[in-house]
Amino acid sequence: MVNQELSCELVWKEISNYIEGDVDASLRAAMDDHFRSCQRCASVLAGTRNVIGLYCDERMIEVPAGFGQRLQRRLNQSVSREKSRKSSWSSWSVWLVPVAALALIAGGLRWANSQTPPHPLLSEHAQPGRNIPPEMLVVVSEGAKEFHRPGCDVIHNKDKVRTLTAKEAIREGYVPCVRCLRKYVQGASAAHDPADGAWITEASTGAEERSSRSR
Amino acid sequence: MTREQELIAQVQRGQNELFYELVRPYERRVYAAALAILRNEADAEDVAQEAMLKALANIRQFRAEARFSTWLIQITVNEALMRRRRERIGVMEGIDDHRDEDGEYTPRDFADWREIPSEALERKEVRQKLAEALASLDRKYREVFVLRDMEQLNIQETAEALGISVASVKTRLLRARLMLRDLLAGGWEQGWFSRLPFEKGTKPW
Repeated sequence: MVNQELSCELVWKEISNYIEGDVDASLRAAMDDHFRSCQRCASVLAGTRNVIGLYCDERMIEVPAGFGQRLQRRLNQSVSREKSRKSSWSSWSVWLVPVAALALIAGGLRWANSQTPPHPLLSEHAQPGRNIPPEMLVVVSEGAKEFHRPGCDVIHNKDKVRTLTAKEAIREGYVPCVRCLRKYVQGASAAHDPADGAWITEASTGAEERSSRSR
Repeated sequence: MTREQELIAQVQRGQNELFYELVRPYERRVYAAALAILRNEADAEDVAQEAMLKALANIRQFRAEARFSTWLIQITVNEALMRRRRERIGVMEGIDDHRDEDGEYTPRDFADWREIPSEALERKEVRQKLAEALASLDRKYREVFVLRDMEQLNIQETAEALGISVASVKTRLLRARLMLRDLLAGGWEQGWFSRLPFEKGTKPW
């Protein structure tokens, strides 16, 4: 390719790229020609190279007195802190055990108060209910272990029943009746659900049951 | 395996106490990179230390393909830029102007360039004049010049460190270099260098 005549302006524009070796071969050749014939541009090139050479010298970097020592001290502090953090793990664990235990006890108590019956299940063989609407009205009879929908066939001692909400019954340790509350008993199969409202005597609880079933 | 590669591997395996030995050759450059961005010695020193701690904490992420010094400088630049953003250092320098003048820079001084030999850097007043010339540049030119020409990052690495385009780096670098040349050429006229022994042709060294 024939070297084009270059203007000084174009040379100045490319001079930094030229120094970087970031110009293509033909431009480089043209610039080489230009520097040979143009004193001004040769001076700019020499000066720019000189500037770069001076500033890249390590001596151009002055750091404040004591910089290296302060850096070393800070690094050492960080390293020894890290080490002591690791080595004090065993002494930490001495504390961690009681702290974790306390946390578990405190958390467990709160959970127990809100979630689990204060009494153990009255029947060992019974299964706790599942998804029982908490405000559903149920009945329990004295001496029994189960709670029932009002009017359930298997309520014993029918003359000594009291009415309460399912939530209260569960808190007191009663378990759902496997007959009238079958669908809430864990493991119950939906296929064996009694016909909707079959044992229900109160219209209001029937509505509740339907809404809970649709959920 | 070079000593540096050995040290890197050892620190990566957890021998953190060797880290200072690893970074010591670059501590000055790390400081200079922070200073170029922050322009305050105390901030620059603090950021340099923070950057080293960050490098130590992340040493396992360092990949052998990269140059360790470049990696260190990039962490430093990032820390310094974050510090500047956070503390709004540089408000006095005006609103960040990311535009690059596309008008060409015309060199002012065409006198035959009189070489300043690197031996002149032994003299404190020469270093000081050079530092003053650099400090007088606008921030965007100074940062690019420091990273490319003093820290020896390449154009691509400089662009990545500063979060600007390669084209911007090239444009700013050109201006920075030509402006510094003009400033130093003026120095001859003002007699900065004229009293130096090397001018008389006698070499004291």
